[in-house]
Amino acid sequence: MIRVVLPAHLRTLASINGEVRLQITGPVTQRSVLDALEARYPALRGTIRGHDGGPRRAFIRFFACEQDLSHNPPDDPLPDVVAAGTEPYLIVGAMAGG
Amino acid sequence: MSGVRVLAGTRKGAFVLTSDGSRKQWKVSGPYFSGWEVYHVKGSPADPGRLYASQSSGWSGQVIQRSDDGGATWAPVGNQFAYQGTPGTHQWYDGTPHPWEFARVWHLEPSLDDPDVVYAGVEDAGLFRSVDGGQSWQELPKLRGHESGPSWQPGAGGMCLHTILLDPVQQGRMFAAISAAGAFRSDDAGQTWRPINHGLQSEGIPDPDAEVGHCVHRLAMHPSRPDVLFMQKHWDVMRSDNGGESWREISGNLPTDFGFPIDVHAHEPETVYVVPITSDAEHFPPEGKLRVYRSRTGGDDWEPLTKGLPQENCYVNVLRDAMAVDTLDSCGIYFGTTGGQVYVSPDSGDSWEPIVRDLPAVLSVEVQTLP
Repeated sequence: MIRVVLPAHLRTLASINGEVRLQITGPVTQRSVLDALEARYPALRGTIRGHDGGPRRAFIRFFACEQDLSHNPPDDPLPDVVAAGTEPYLIVGAMAGG
Repeated sequence: MSGVRVLAGTRKGAFVLTSDGSRKQWKVSGPYFSGWEVYHVKGSPADPGRLYASQSSGWSGQVIQRSDDGGATWAPVGNQFAYQGTPGTHQWYDGTPHPWEFARVWHLEPSLDDPDVVYAGVEDAGLFRSVDGGQSWQELPKLRGHESGPSWQPGAGGMCLHTILLDPVQQGRMFAAISAAGAFRSDDAGQTWRPINHGLQSEGIPDPDAEVGHCVHRLAMHPSRPDVLFMQKHWDVMRSDNGGESWREISGNLPTDFGFPIDVHAHEPETVYVVPITSDAEHFPPEGKLRVYRSRTGGDDWEPLTKGLPQENCYVNVLRDAMAVDTLDSCGIYFGTTGGQVYVSPDSGDSWEPIVRDLPAVLSVEVQTLP
């Protein structure tokens, strides 16, 4: 079970309370996590990355295990502790853009 | 007793302001979409319960919200605005070609007769339409694809399609305005477009009477007389009596003819309202006095309306989509300011009261007259 933490403005938009927990079939990558997230919450489409899996929006960042994964290829595997649900995958509004 | 519902979009959310027909006591609800810029909220003329809102942010881009119950509840609908075909380029500020890039929806114009049909004017300038209540959006590409498109340049606020007027008499005729390209008209429901800028003079462009390139800030019409159009241009207040075929200046005795909004009285097609602003550099009222100007003669002769408006130390702006009129017997006039005030005049502008004083900067004001 993947744990995903969203910024407040996106939790409000998609009517989400707390963390999102996603079951991923196959490789756990940033792309597969975002695909699953958007499938469950269609209102998030276009607000984190471009439609149809497009590039990350400029002022959205992806963190996990105290690392910035924003510039990593979207199909790279996420850390095992994220895939195992021990550590969350953080979607963050950058300190800019508002 | 009938009432009104004022829809205010602000820099940090939307607000719904309601009153009965007296327009004295107001209920304020919101903020909706707190923290997001709300460029525009507008109700369907065919179904007053159906509202559309444009919500955007630097973090997460564009969202369109829809309400089916007059703003009590909202749900996000489609937010994919994809230009049709290869978008091509327009001119950038430095004169170089710049790819068309969607930034946000400035204006939402619901159809006059179908609540599921709504038009969206966007930045970079383009016109989109939804026929399914905002779930999906398709571009009407011939406007952006006009042969002059590659020469269009953004104004200071971005290259936005900010005005959409639907002709209630001639079916399929519609008008659009773009900063800084000018005014355009379609006679076939948006399938084809042509510029309608003959008579405009803009000193800020190399050819002052060019076919395109004018920074039109706003168009307005009275629904009973759609051949008569009023325009607040960057500088100059203009009028057309032939559906935009030609324009003449009606700035007359205004203290300055720079400004953003323009609107028409609901029952008097020759009564027009503007808010003069000092200049393109000084986006505040002349002398620090917030004055709406009214012409009862269709232009040229203007009177200041000041009762209830601050007449000293006022340095707010009134943006292009931030003025509206209701259709009650005693026509109400509304406008919002960048200082967060929304003012109402229940007597056609003779006197004014603030509905609210301390909202975030107001980007847009619309009003619905409720049965």
